[in-house]
Amino acid sequence: MSVKTLTIDGKAVSAAEGDSVLEAAREAGIEIPTLCHLDGLTDIGACRMCLVEVTGSNKLLPACSTRVAEGMEVRTNTEQLRKYRRMVVELLFAERNHICAACVANGHCELQDVGIAVGMDHVRYDYLYPNLKVDVTHPLYGMDQNRCILCARCVRVCDEIEGAHTWDVLGRGVKARVTTDLNQPWGEAQSCTSCGKCVMACPTGAIFKLGSTVEESVKERGKLAFLKTARDKKQWVL
Amino acid sequence: MSQRIVIDPVTRIEGHAKISLFLSDAGDISDARFHVVEFRGFEKFCEGRPIGEMAGITARICGICPISHIMASAKTGDDVLTVQIPPTAEKLRRMMNLGQFTQSHALSFFHLSSPDFLLGWDSDPAKRNVFGLIEKQPDLARAGIRLRQFGQEVIELLGGKKIHPAWAVPGGVREPLSAEAHKHILGRLPEARATTETALNLFKGMLDKHREETEHFGNFRSLFVGLVSRDGALWEHYDGYLRVVDSDGNILVDELDPRRYHEIIGEAVEPFSYLKSPFYKPLGYPQGMYRVGPLARLNVCSRIGTPLADAELAEFRQRVGSGGIVTSSFMYHYARLVEILAALERIGMLLHDPDILSKRVRSVGSINKLEGVGVSEAPRGTLFHHYHVDENGLIKKVNLIVATGNNNLAMNRTVKQIAQHYIKDIKGGKIPEGLLNRVEHGIRCYDPCLSCSTHAFGAMPMKVEVVAADGRVLAEQVRD
Repeated sequence: MSVKTLTIDGKAVSAAEGDSVLEAAREAGIEIPTLCHLDGLTDIGACRMCLVEVTGSNKLLPACSTRVAEGMEVRTNTEQLRKYRRMVVELLFAERNHICAACVANGHCELQDVGIAVGMDHVRYDYLYPNLKVDVTHPLYGMDQNRCILCARCVRVCDEIEGAHTWDVLGRGVKARVTTDLNQPWGEAQSCTSCGKCVMACPTGAIFKLGSTVEESVKERGKLAFLKTARDKKQWVL
Repeated sequence: MSQRIVIDPVTRIEGHAKISLFLSDAGDISDARFHVVEFRGFEKFCEGRPIGEMAGITARICGICPISHIMASAKTGDDVLTVQIPPTAEKLRRMMNLGQFTQSHALSFFHLSSPDFLLGWDSDPAKRNVFGLIEKQPDLARAGIRLRQFGQEVIELLGGKKIHPAWAVPGGVREPLSAEAHKHILGRLPEARATTETALNLFKGMLDKHREETEHFGNFRSLFVGLVSRDGALWEHYDGYLRVVDSDGNILVDELDPRRYHEIIGEAVEPFSYLKSPFYKPLGYPQGMYRVGPLARLNVCSRIGTPLADAELAEFRQRVGSGGIVTSSFMYHYARLVEILAALERIGMLLHDPDILSKRVRSVGSINKLEGVGVSEAPRGTLFHHYHVDENGLIKKVNLIVATGNNNLAMNRTVKQIAQHYIKDIKGGKIPEGLLNRVEHGIRCYDPCLSCSTHAFGAMPMKVEVVAADGRVLAEQVRD
């Protein structure tokens, strides 16, 4: 496998061919905020948090799904990027009903963390306040659409690691919803193995353990990368 | 020509309110109304939420007494799950609730109400507050502030934070008591007790000087409602039976399971206030006026059950109740101090309980009933949470009757009584500030929490308005 050399924020970095810019940056200790990325899952570039500037490209590129190339010049933290990232987070907050104070994931939430990281002190867009359902038909877990950011981590973890593909995305645009089986209540979804990987993968409080109260939803996300490595490489490394 | 005087906003209370005083042609008070002008809608927007979240959501009703809502909500959850919580969990919930009583009562007495009777009803309003108290009586003010801090510390050491700890949950509590926290609370108890005794002696020493206030600040016959313990009808703050007594000490309702509260309590709605007016059903509205809170709890219980507080209760009943029921709302202040002492003694007893440090503090259950009721005593009075859930535990309907709401009819009556006694022969709507302050104090006696009682929205200033019989507002005093 050949090695590519590139610069990220002026720093010379080398990475294996096929690595993403995100992987190369994190390897070099350069932090790029993400939401839909989860180690162990295929990247889909959905959340746009990891957009970077690349010299020679007239558009911004998602670091998670852009491969490294020889001589590439990447900038991860410019004024323009900071502005867009904050805008992305504000739009996520405006789209659903994210009430941190009463949320099971308060203090353990990736959306909250990026909100703080991008300096979101208020939201400039009108909230949509959609009237969304909570599905607590499953005996162990619940799904609150109010807190979903459509990162599709649940969809990918269920498909790629568990292999059940219970979760999918229904509808388009602002009407898109994650859904179980053929839009059945979760408790009636026959493909679900009740493994709980979607609970671990969810970045917010959208998918949670039943009975959880405020701040109780602590996720063990490292377990997912562990499973992936174990499955692909037959290495059981915690 | 009759007039209306409006006090808006009412200050040094928790919430947003105004008072209207209606003047007759002769310039006397013909009527008075206490308006709560906040609206929040908790009962509505809780619909559709999972029951496990309710303690966290309803705690947000209030920043002063979130613990009360957490307790009532967790108890409602226990009822829906139909679980017996571990004994240590109940003891720890009790300890936190007692910490809440201590901090809330200390706030009411030292910070909000004592400036009136320690600095003077007619003293400079700019200094008639806790800062004025710090200036005039720094040692007392410091002790009062530290007493409140003690109560807050009990809450923080148990729940992880002072305000809104989502610690009591359906089935028990989330974290046990640590040995360090146990030691810290125990160490601070003696100082807290000494401060309470100082305040009690101070208040008792002022009783003679405040005969007029005792006589006219909400001194009337009414019913009193509160929880008493299942065993011996002792003073109770967390669980027990509902008891109703009248002003002669007759027990009208006894050993009533709080789940059956709706058999005796109805809620009326008046167009002038967002605060509902609960009433005792058998007597109808508005004759079924009752009072809850510190005064009511001391009136309904047989005794408190701890030595120092029982001695104070006997003296309280002797000095201001002729040996029986105490009917003056000015005595809420006195009752609050007796209750702080009771709370401190009970915290001490709980700390010496052999299994208080047990790690077994949470039972697990699933939805076993579609309806639950949780009733506990908040510092301001009896608090009712009542939820209906679907088979999966999503909230379908919520009813909350909050301490201050129970006192609504009595607060209206108190304002009118004070106004009629002190405000006479008013021409042109000009009333001395000190007299209006007495009217406001009528509200402060109940230490109302209006944000709670309307589960409402807003800050806390107050307004008084003078209105003529034809509806014209003749004078207005606004403070915020």
